[in-house]
Order: sequence, then structure tokens, then C-alpha cells
Amino acid sequence: MTAWILAALQTLLFVFMAPLLGGWVGRVKCHMQNRAAPSLLQPYRDLAKLFRKHTVLAEQASWIFRGTPYIVFGATILTAAVVPLVAVQLPTAAIADVIVLVGFLALARFFTALAGMDIGTAFGGMGSSREMMIGALAEPVLLMAVFTLAMTASTTNLSEATTFTLNSGLVLRPSFIFAMLGLMMVAVAETGRVPVDNPATHLELTMVHEAMILEYSGRHLALIVWAGQIKLMIYMVLVANIFFPWGIATELAANDLAVGLAAIAAKLILLGVVLVVWETVMAKMRLFRVPQFLGFAFLLSLLGMLTHVVLETGG
Amino acid sequence: MSPLTLAYLALVSALASGIVALGADRYPGLLRYGSSILLGACGLLAIVAGGWALLDETPHLDQLALGLPWLQWHLRLDVLSGFFFSVVGLLVLAVSFYAPGYLQDYTHAKIRELAALGFFTGLFILGMLLVLLADDAFVFMIAWELMSVSSYFLVAYQHQHAANRRAAFLYLLMAHVGGLAILLGFGVIAGFGNGFTFEAMRAANLSVTWASIAFALVFFGFGMKAGMVPVHAWLPEAHPVAPSHISALMSGVMLKVAIYGFIRFTFDLLGNIQWQWGLTVLVIGAASTLLGVLYALMQHDLKRLLAYHSVENIGIILMGIGLSMIFISAGRPELGALGLIAALYHSLNHALFKGLLFLGAGAVLHATHEHDLNNMGGLIKRLPQTAMFFLIGCLAISGLPPLNGFVSEWLTFQAALQAPSLDSGVLRSLIPIAAALLALSAALAAACFVKVYGVAFLGTARSRKVAHAREVDVGMRAGMGLLAVLCVVFGIFPSVVIGAIDAIPNMLLGIKPPSATAHGWLWLTPISPKIASYSAPLVFAGVALFAFISYVVLRARPVKFRRGYPWDCGFGALNARMQYTATAFSMPIRRIFSPVWDAIEQIEETHNVTQPQRTETIRHHLQVQDKSWSRLYEPIGRLVLAAARRVGRIQTGSIHTYLAYSFFTLILLLWVVT
Repeated sequence: MTAWILAALQTLLFVFMAPLLGGWVGRVKCHMQNRAAPSLLQPYRDLAKLFRKHTVLAEQASWIFRGTPYIVFGATILTAAVVPLVAVQLPTAAIADVIVLVGFLALARFFTALAGMDIGTAFGGMGSSREMMIGALAEPVLLMAVFTLAMTASTTNLSEATTFTLNSGLVLRPSFIFAMLGLMMVAVAETGRVPVDNPATHLELTMVHEAMILEYSGRHLALIVWAGQIKLMIYMVLVANIFFPWGIATELAANDLAVGLAAIAAKLILLGVVLVVWETVMAKMRLFRVPQFLGFAFLLSLLGMLTHVVLETGG
Repeated sequence: MSPLTLAYLALVSALASGIVALGADRYPGLLRYGSSILLGACGLLAIVAGGWALLDETPHLDQLALGLPWLQWHLRLDVLSGFFFSVVGLLVLAVSFYAPGYLQDYTHAKIRELAALGFFTGLFILGMLLVLLADDAFVFMIAWELMSVSSYFLVAYQHQHAANRRAAFLYLLMAHVGGLAILLGFGVIAGFGNGFTFEAMRAANLSVTWASIAFALVFFGFGMKAGMVPVHAWLPEAHPVAPSHISALMSGVMLKVAIYGFIRFTFDLLGNIQWQWGLTVLVIGAASTLLGVLYALMQHDLKRLLAYHSVENIGIILMGIGLSMIFISAGRPELGALGLIAALYHSLNHALFKGLLFLGAGAVLHATHEHDLNNMGGLIKRLPQTAMFFLIGCLAISGLPPLNGFVSEWLTFQAALQAPSLDSGVLRSLIPIAAALLALSAALAAACFVKVYGVAFLGTARSRKVAHAREVDVGMRAGMGLLAVLCVVFGIFPSVVIGAIDAIPNMLLGIKPPSATAHGWLWLTPISPKIASYSAPLVFAGVALFAFISYVVLRARPVKFRRGYPWDCGFGALNARMQYTATAFSMPIRRIFSPVWDAIEQIEETHNVTQPQRTETIRHHLQVQDKSWSRLYEPIGRLVLAAARRVGRIQTGSIHTYLAYSFFTLILLLWVVT
């Protein structure tokens, strides 16, 4: 029972810390680009403002448009619930393994894209079409990276996989390096960051994610923005805890949990800086360069897998 | 009373439904009510008979005094045929609800060929069920031909259009080339087994070479019927032109009968599976999966698109079977059982959601008389319930949790991830690549169904007929509703169904998967809970709970909703033609995977006479063709024609020459005999 309560608390922590991570990334980015930075709490204020505002629905909008924010938010929270954040061996991890996790994200993407088509404007369709194209190319890379991990740890359960890396100590696995690079590139594409998409732009011809959700306002927009922040955090936690699990709590004792919390906070702060540096030195790509970007990521993941098969399994 | 008795009753009802329909030309009501009720009875009986046989786990054998004097009809209902019997029954039941409403169009239009439609529908279902019961090669082939030929008449039903006649002929041709291969396959194994009963064939002792030849023949034959790449090209021609409920039966279950035949032949009759066979099946399965979905993405005729998705899903099923064969030959039957279960479960799921989608496409066709996605739009408001059911079908076929399509794809992934336990390094690295292709296909399928649903049901109507569509009648909605509910139920409670399917690997391989359902109905743990677990009920509850909580929390503080115009960049007046069309939606993917298609794209511009730099009109013309035509079918067709011309030289047209041919042949034969 304690475990279930802890799992619920961890999920809550995940959900409510996600905007803070967004704030941190935004702030570092401003510093990096010599701009005045907003407060760390700015994302919370934005969300609060959006929740209070009236909602304008487009005339053609059907129930798909109105239901999508809830479905996206629900699917994203459930994804967050199965990712080990502070501690491993929590019971929620058994509900869904990493393939199901990819499935959840695909479900959220499916509905977001439908909502984009629901209004019947060119923007919505454009965003949906591009998002599904990027998603279709990113998903096999993600699964390939994950398969490398799953085959090494012989499990697709995230908690078990993390424990496996933790127990195997500081060994150099070339396959993991390739898989990690692939996963990071996918994370950039899937969360709509530079160079694949730019979350800060509303420039008509380059929008992808923003084009789909252009018609959302008020609380619907708040849910979608929040879900986006949680999704960014999910990918960062995945990279942090699968490949660098050290510090994560293996026992459900107060001491271990505190260490786990501090460890994940430090890892996320660091990864946030990495993301900002990446976003600052890269330029946004033309849409039809994105397949090359993701093709490279696929190659890395494939190399990772083959390295695993050739080098790391004897015989 | 035994399951076999019920199965006979199902066969008799199917036949009776066909015979009753013979009077339909004079009394159309006979087809709409009499014949459909009998079909419903046939469906129910088949579900019960099949389910009973599946749970009973003992094969029921019988011999009927029909057929050849020295070979009576041997029939057998065991767990494998029982499972497929239920699958066919489920879809026949849904179709029996659906058909009366759908046929209104035909009865009102005073088409005087209703008798043919009803008669051949009955025979078609009879043929499919009889294939499943066959226990000797003779009955099997008779039933197989009954199924193929009667469905030919259904494909050719709307023969007023030349394209339909062509599709039907192609279908007949392919069915017979495939049928011939299957017959030869049976011939090889019967030659070694000294008998045409399956009992004798099981006992046959084949050398690996002969077994491989038999395997290659039946894989080609059944694969052709199932629509695997590269011999799939007939499928997207033939399936869409039949009336929609027949398309649902053909895509949903006739392809599964071919899968049944393949499993029966390879696992049950042939045995001694080689890893090379498994690898072939896996590679062809992966190719079918990817090419099927890529071709589907380029279609904008709804039913053709769905037909291409059948190629994709048959590919997924073949991947499961291929993995199973590889693991069995490597001496890991417990993993082989897992692959087989994934394939069987996907067969069931595909029957449900593809049936649902074809019935939904039929409903759209019935309400709007429109095939082309690019003329649809906004149907969610005109057909709200059909739209709901169709959405469930789209989610299921896209392999999204928590629906049924996801579960079987997940199981296939789990089987593929067990590749490290194999000894061969080639297999260890090829299998995960196949799995990555499956992931790519699943994601592309999701893109394709966002396109289908977004263009057809969302946005605003692109033509007048669509704007004034009316919701279809209760029976049609009931047929779709039944399948939609089953898609959800089989997605949320997979462990219950898989617990029943376990009996099939138990019969074929003598092993049950170790713990697929060992941890109760809540958990699906194909290998062990440490390796992978999935709890569909909890997932469903979780998404619903979180969505509900956020809804309730927000409901507590209501804010106003206002309707307004969408953003039009300040230019004003958006119209339906500004929406993304199906062609536009898939354009980025067409560009990325361009080598896959033979695409001809033309842009014609006309310019203003006085100001040549001003463009008056632009016409965009795009034709995307299946490469299997230009690379496989057409060369073979040319080859056959050339050969026929050579042979034609001996045909002089003079009766004397022909008599001389006969005479010399006779003499030759006499010489050979003596």
C-alpha cells in the first residue's frame, strides 16, 4: 500500500514539477541568448492565467476538439506514472512497459492531430500532416533505442531496466552510447524543439506542433501546454534514469528517497542546460531536412543494436 | 449434441440463407429479412460451435457419406478450426445486422440481381466454414474453390463498370494460381503420406528438401490468397468493388481462412519446421507490413485504402507466425507459442476492426454515395454514431492502447525481443530490425488513419451530398456497434481471450506459453512479470481516471465557452476547399519514401493572354501506382502472352492438322504404355 501511495506521490511530483523544468529551460535559454530572463515560476503563472480565461471554440469544432485536451492530458499523466522518477520498484511500473509508454505518446499525438483537422483550416491540416510524418519517423528510432536497452537488460519494464543498469555498475557499453544519442535526438523531435520545430514561433510556414493547437484557448490550451511540459520532462527523465540511474532510490526509505530526489533534480538541471546549449547552437531545419535528421538518429539506434548483438552477447 | 452438430447447423443455415435468397428477384424482402436472419443464425451457431470446440480442447471427428467412393468427407473441429470458426461467426453475425439496411440502396434501385447477391453470399460463407472443418485434402480443395468462386461472383456483382469486371477476373485468376499451388503442396505431402486425409499427411515422413518444396508451394498459395507482398496486387482491386458488407467479410475473414490454411498445413500437417522457412515468412511479413501501409497512405478511395491496410495487417500476422517458426526450429517452443498467439490474436483483432471499418466505409457510401475521401468532410456531425464507431476502428487498427490492435502488436514485439535467446547472430540482428519496421508501419498506419478520419469525418463538408448526409438505420449501426464494442472489450480484457487461445499452441506444439495469463485477468505477462507486463484494464482505468479528474476539477470552476470563427490570417471567409485533402496530408510521406511508388505528378498551368506572367488556372494531376504491377505482374503477363503466341503457332485452324496431332499423340501414348 505504501508503495502505491508513493507511486501516486511520485506522479503528482512529476506533474507539478514539469512546468518548473520548463521554466528552468526557458530561463537558461534567455541567459544564453543575452536576454532578460523571466522568473522560474513564469510557466505556473501562464497556466494559472490560461485556466482562468474564457474558452473560444471554433464554429466547426466537434466533440473531438473539446475532448482532445483531456485525453492528451490523461495519457501523458499515465505515461508519467510509469516512468521511474525518484524510486524504482514502484508498482505502477508493472502496468505498462516501455512499448506501452510509446503507445500512450502515440495516442496523445493521434488525438492532437485529429483536433488539428477538426477545425477545417489549412493550418490545422498542415500541422497534423507534419506532426504525423515526424512522429512516424521518430517512433521506430525510439523503439529501436529502447529495444537495445530491452535486449541488454532482457526486460521491457522500465523499473527493471533501470535496476539492471544500476546493478551492472560503471561498465562501458558502446551500444548504450549509440542508443542514448538516438534517444536524445528523438526526444528533441518529439517534444518539438529546435532544430525540428520551434516552440517559440508562430511563423506560419514553419509551425508544426503550434499549427495543430492554434485554435485552442483558455483551459483547453492550458491542459495541452501542461501536457507538453510533462512530455519534455518524461523524455529527460528517461534519458537521465535509464542511462545514468545512479542516485535513484532502490529502497522505499526516507533517506534513499531524499537522495533520489536530489539526484534526479541535479540530473534534470544538467540535462536542461544541455538542451539549451543544443537549441542555441542549432538552427531550425527546413521540414524536409527533418527526415535526414531522424534517419541519422535511426542509424545511431541501429548501430547501437548491432553493436549489442555483435559485441556484447558472447557466441 | 456436440460442437460439430452446431457447426453442421451453421453450415445448413448458410446454405439455406443462400437458397432462400434465390427468390429475392421477385420478393426483395426475402433477401433483406429471410436471408439475413438465417445468416445471423449461422453466425451465432458458428460462434457457439467454435467457442465450444476451443474450450473443449478435444477434437471432434466425423465422416460424411459424400464425395469420392473411396474417400468420404472427413471433417474435424478442433481448437484451431474452432477459433477461426468463431472469428468467421462474429463477423457474419455483425454483417447479418448490417446487410438489410445496406441493401436498401440495391432494392430501391430495382437492381434485378439480388438473388445472385444473396445466393453467392450464402455459398461464400458456407465455403469459408467448410474449409475450416475439412480434414482431408479433397474436402479442403472443394470448399476452397467454393469460397473462391462464389466470392468471384460477389466481386463481379456490380459488373456494369468495366473496372469491376477486370478486378473480378484478376481475382479469379489469382485465386486459381494460388489454388493450384496449394493443390500441388497437398500433392507432395499426400504422395509421401499415401493418402489424402490429414491423418495420413500428419504421419507422412518427408525429407527436408521435399518438405521445403511443399512449404514453398503452400506459402505461395495461401500467401497469395491472404494478400502478401509482392503477390498482393489483386487484393486492393477486388475487395473494394464488392458491396461493402462483402468487402468486410472478404478482408475481415476470408484472408484469415488463408492464414488458417497456412497454420494448419505448416504447423499441423508438415511439422519439422526449418528456420529458413520462418525467416522467409518473417521477411515477407515485414515487407507486406511496410509496403501495405505505404501504399495505403497514397490512396484516397476509402475502400481501396482499407484494402491496402489488409495487406499491412496480414504482414503483421505473418511476422508473428514467422517468429513462431524461427523459435520452434531453434528449440524454444514456449517462445514459438508466444509468436503464434500474437499472430492468432491479431487475426481475431484484424477481423474485428477491419470488418468494422469496411462496414463504416459502407455506411458512409450508403449515406453520401461517395468513395473519394477528398469529397468528404465534416461527417462527424451528420453521422455521429457511425463516426464514433469508425473512430474506435481507427484507433484499433493504428495499434493504440488500450484497444485490441495494440495488444496483438505488443505481443509481436515481445516475441521479437526474445531474439537474443537465439544462437544465430544473423537472426539475432535481423529480428529486431523487423520489429523496427513493424514500429515504423504502426506509426505510419496511425498517420494514415488520422488522414482518413480527419479528412472524412472532421472539418467541413467538401461536397453537397456529404453536407446533407443522414445517419444510417438502426441495423447498420447495430452491426458496427457490435464490432466496436468487441474491439474495446478484446483490448481491455486480452488475458481472458488469450487464456482460451492457449489451447491452440497446446495442440500444435504441445506447450502452453508459460505464464501469459498466470497472474490473473488483470495482467498480461507473456514471458514473466519481470520481463514484461501490461495491464490493459488498469491502463484504460488510468486514462479515464486522469481525464475524468481534470474534467471534474475544471468543472468545479466553470468558465464561459464562446463559439467564434477560426483564425483566417485576416483574409476572411475560409471555405471547405482550403482544408487539407487526403493527398495533401500524405504529401510529406510521399516525398520521403518516393522510391516506393511509381508516381506521375503533373502540374498544368494556363496563363493569361495579355499578361503572360499571370497564372489563370493550375491543375494538379497525381497518379500513384503500385510497383508490383510494373515490376511483377506486367512482365509475367507479357511473358505468358509471348509464350502463348509461340504455342499458338501449332494451331493452324485446319481440322486435318488437329486430327493428325491426336493420332500421333495416341500412338505416342500407346508406345509409352506398352
